[in-house]
Amino acid sequence: MAVLHSAPKFASNDGVQDTLSAAMGANLLAVQEQHGELIFTVKRDGIEDVLRALRDDHEYQQLMEMAGVDYPEREERFEVVYMLLSVTKNHRLMVKLSASEDTPVPTVTTLWPNAGWLEREVFDMYGVLFDGNTDLRRILTDYGFEGHPFRKDFPLTGYTELRYSEEDKRVVYEPVELAQDLRQFDFMSPWEGAEYVLPGDEKVSVPDVDKPKVTESPKQTGAGPKADKKAAKPSGDAK
Amino acid sequence: MSMQLEESPTTDGEVVSNYTINFGPQHPAAHGVLRMVMELDGEIIERIDPHVGLLHRGTEKLIEHKTYLQALPYFDRLDYCSPLCQEHSYVLAIEKMLNLEVPERAQYLRVLFAELTRISNHMLNIGAHVMDVGAMTPNLWVFEIREDCMNFFERASGARMHSAWFRPGGVHQDVPLKLLTDIGDWVDNRLPELFGDAMSLVIDNRIFKQRNVDIAHVSKEDALAWGFSGPLIRAAGIPWDIRKSQPYDVYDRMDFEIPVGTNSDCYDRFMVRVQEVYQSAKIIKQCIAEMPDGPICSDDRKVSPPKRGEMKQSMEALIHHFKLYTEGFHVPAGEVYVATESPKGEFGVYLVADGTNKPYRCKIRPTAFSHLQAMDFMSKGHMLPDATAILGAIDVVFGECDR
Repeated sequence: MAVLHSAPKFASNDGVQDTLSAAMGANLLAVQEQHGELIFTVKRDGIEDVLRALRDDHEYQQLMEMAGVDYPEREERFEVVYMLLSVTKNHRLMVKLSASEDTPVPTVTTLWPNAGWLEREVFDMYGVLFDGNTDLRRILTDYGFEGHPFRKDFPLTGYTELRYSEEDKRVVYEPVELAQDLRQFDFMSPWEGAEYVLPGDEKVSVPDVDKPKVTESPKQTGAGPKADKKAAKPSGDAK
Repeated sequence: MSMQLEESPTTDGEVVSNYTINFGPQHPAAHGVLRMVMELDGEIIERIDPHVGLLHRGTEKLIEHKTYLQALPYFDRLDYCSPLCQEHSYVLAIEKMLNLEVPERAQYLRVLFAELTRISNHMLNIGAHVMDVGAMTPNLWVFEIREDCMNFFERASGARMHSAWFRPGGVHQDVPLKLLTDIGDWVDNRLPELFGDAMSLVIDNRIFKQRNVDIAHVSKEDALAWGFSGPLIRAAGIPWDIRKSQPYDVYDRMDFEIPVGTNSDCYDRFMVRVQEVYQSAKIIKQCIAEMPDGPICSDDRKVSPPKRGEMKQSMEALIHHFKLYTEGFHVPAGEVYVATESPKGEFGVYLVADGTNKPYRCKIRPTAFSHLQAMDFMSKGHMLPDATAILGAIDVVFGECDR
């Protein structure tokens, strides 16, 4: 597909995939190229070896970013993505692994000092544990916060809210009370396979075409009993 | 050391061991809501533990609940000193996923306004840095320039700060010709004069140099290991600029230079920014000179809305407009990481799409995160007042750091 967009262009991926796949060896699980970006999926326990090899032997000097992603339907629900940059080869790539709440990921603070805060953030937001990180405190959320807010099952509004109490002369924490439900529209068109039944849709079920409908008694025609003769007489007011 | 302290006349014979102070969260030199727990030995910094997150608003989670277009204004509110540069990363990420072509004029307009944003951001940082170390006047002067930039943003988008003007596929509205000529005049006359005057007070100033030269020296290896980017990595002597090495929009047609430092201290970081302002001015001039006429937004009606006039005539245009502003456009499943050179460094967006009209995950790479993390390492062994100079030279904004 021809490249039409004007997003940043870095050095070509030619041959990189083969070279790095060979270097990762048994730690490599999958590799894909999307939109001109290489994404390597590796074994969780091998991440430190993989990144060390990339840093020392393949000139990926900088760890620019680490991102957590939550896929609740998967068995190991979290993905941790490492974005690497080579300033000498002018190339970027992503390395990712999967983890669950109780499978710790080996830390990479041994390779890059700035991994410390990045791992703290992933821990804070998703609850992914990093084995070997000596300073795994929360980083962005409030002091004493409970839960991991970026998980897909954590509500957007959270569970507590805080306000300044004029009576107590201090800030108080309270459970969230919404005056109105949070409006969430799914924008799914009913013609394009929405996964719910719109009110009235249950009547659309296909009629039994094998049995032609016949009328056997006057009742089934839908016409009621004959009207009262008296009712047919003009009333006294009409005179 | 303890011998001296024991005999010290000010402590009255009492031995003073290390003590801990709070720098911030309400401190004018903390550039926002930064709390630093500092362990001091006398006036020497032993350890710094920055506590960030006091401005955490959960932007990334909010974006997951908005359509792609509704999520755009959140980017203005991250680094509120360089709003358009943040939008730039985001719209480029969407365009990359859609493989959407952007008309030439729109690319020029984006580069022009990104550079104007860079000037406005550097004005704030240069002014604040200078004021942090004791000078008052230059800040007032460079704020004049910042005010001019704000007026240009207002004339282009209607908003001084939160423009939401870059859109997937181009920009929101075209600019009047008079605005372009005014920017050209401003870059030729007012900017160099005012900025040159302000900097003449600072650059060779003895006090300013005493406060900044040889403060927080960072070697090339450390700068790479700590994930530095932007003016900080350039001050360390590494000529790394994403505009040059990984050009986006029409940066590959621009003729500009990358200033680098030689000594990698706070003074170099400051001077790199000063030189970048002149380089940005150079890019702006080229943009104005070369900008072609033509459409300012993609004509792919499944992504960018039709013109209002068209909507009055065409039923199809009306439907497109309605669908785009209610449901929004759908982005095919996939993931990209797009990073651009924001005035503060590498600002990246990692976008995961699942084929619907909302991002599945949008991770924002703040420039300040790795720089601020190095605060402990950079300040160790320096005096307490140097911490403000180091912080000023990092150029940190908490809207972006905390997200």
